[in-house]
Amino acid sequence: MTDTTSGTDEGQVSTSRRIAAIVEPAIEWLIRLCGFSAIFFVFGIFFFVFSSGADFIMNRLDVVEFMTSPEWYPTSVSNKRYGTLALVAGTLSVTTLAMMIAVPFGLGTAVFISEFCDGPFKEALKIIVEFLAAIPSVVWGFIGLAIMNPVIIDVFNAPIGLNVLNGGVILGLMSVPIIVSIGEDALKAVPDTYREASLALGATKWQTVYKVLFPAARSGLLAAVLLGVGRAIGETIAVLMATGHAVQIPNSPLDSVRTLTATIAAELGETAQGGDHYQALFAIGVLLFIFTFAVNLTADLLVRGIKNK
Amino acid sequence: MANQASIETRDVRLWYGEFQALKGIDLDVSRGRITGLIGPSGCGKTTLLRCFNRINERYDYVRTEGSLIIDGHNIYAPDVDLIELRKRVGMVFQRPNPLPISIRDNVLYGYRLHTPKAERSRGAEDEALESALKSVQLWDILKDRLGDRATRLQLEQQQKLCIARLLPLKPSIILMDEPCSALDPDATAKVEELIRQIAGEFTILIVTHNMAQARRVSDECVFMLIGEIVEHGRTEDLFIAPKDQRTADYIEGRFG
Repeated sequence: MTDTTSGTDEGQVSTSRRIAAIVEPAIEWLIRLCGFSAIFFVFGIFFFVFSSGADFIMNRLDVVEFMTSPEWYPTSVSNKRYGTLALVAGTLSVTTLAMMIAVPFGLGTAVFISEFCDGPFKEALKIIVEFLAAIPSVVWGFIGLAIMNPVIIDVFNAPIGLNVLNGGVILGLMSVPIIVSIGEDALKAVPDTYREASLALGATKWQTVYKVLFPAARSGLLAAVLLGVGRAIGETIAVLMATGHAVQIPNSPLDSVRTLTATIAAELGETAQGGDHYQALFAIGVLLFIFTFAVNLTADLLVRGIKNK
Repeated sequence: MANQASIETRDVRLWYGEFQALKGIDLDVSRGRITGLIGPSGCGKTTLLRCFNRINERYDYVRTEGSLIIDGHNIYAPDVDLIELRKRVGMVFQRPNPLPISIRDNVLYGYRLHTPKAERSRGAEDEALESALKSVQLWDILKDRLGDRATRLQLEQQQKLCIARLLPLKPSIILMDEPCSALDPDATAKVEELIRQIAGEFTILIVTHNMAQARRVSDECVFMLIGEIVEHGRTEDLFIAPKDQRTADYIEGRFG
């Protein structure tokens, strides 16, 4: 390194080496920092959400009421009630309907892309599906409000078209791209020798898909579905616009509901910072965090399960 | 011998896109015997093998011409039922490829595909399973763990299982694409022994890189070079007194 027997070339080499000796570790540190920042942000956000509601959650929140009562009246003058059951029911009903649409549709598309088409058409289709994922959620909400709403009123003769059905359809379509891309990856990861074995025994393509590929890619496909669920639970603005904003446990898909996310988004701006209502919304945030964390963790463990096989 | 032929090919030509891999193959494969296909890498022996059950057609850039007659039927005729063809012509692959389902479901996979639901019964399935596994000497080892995943077996057992799953379909021909190349010498010996045992019932075509194996296992041998057949004869003759200089050069290891 400390080669001093001059000569211009050697001088340059040693200078660039000296620079590299400084730059290399600096870049390494920068990259390390980026990696650790993810951990910092996740814990930081959880800490922020929890601590913003901590005082209320620890001291004044009736956990049983919070989890089991459908009555969410945070602004009542005489009797404030903080029950989230109706909101959880809203989230679950919309998510369930969304998955009933997104799972068959998404997995079907994944199978089609992975097994039944190739060449430029396949590539084009993949790009278009990714494009679907790029549509901003407020645009989806707009479609729910402006297009789905009158259609539902006409078709079902419903008093209002902003309801579980509307939100479910919108959310379902929003979850499709995730299910398609993860599902397609899972199918692509199935060794081709399985397909050949099945075809050579006289199976048709479709028999090969459901008798061999589905069991072989089972955990990956389940992970795809769960990530779709995670997406649906966390989505806010589109469901806020499409579900009609009524705090109630729905009896039919044509009832309006309000989801956990929509409640936070709609009410947070109206509350006094630090007040009970404000903190109760953060308690909802914690609940939501637990939901999505559980779903994502399950999906992650499943994906890991595939790799270890 | 011609009237006994199990497979007759006439002027079979095959292209992968622009590349011609088979340049006019005329071959009569004797019924009930083991025919080895040998030749250096890229000579088209695997490609030819994969014509006999038309599995080559998975890729749409493959084009095949000529006539290929199995048991009297041209299998490239437009009205051929691929499913029926693949029932009659079974295939064993280079790497053992049991499906990621149970041992039982693996052996019965083809059987269930080809037996209408109404004709299936637990009893018939059990019988087919037992007889197939007995034929490949796996019954005693596996009979208590038929529900285990087949992909967890040892490679030798996996490959035997891949042979076993063909048997309930009662194929007339079994194609083997280097069936021992993933196995160690011990396992190879056992699988070769099995191949010799089941020969006679089936016409067996075996592609191999291993000339010693071709010599040990096959009754007849076909030597291929750059998409053509150079020589076809009884295995002893071909190895002891090859007629063509190129065959002699190859089996003596001067190229390949």
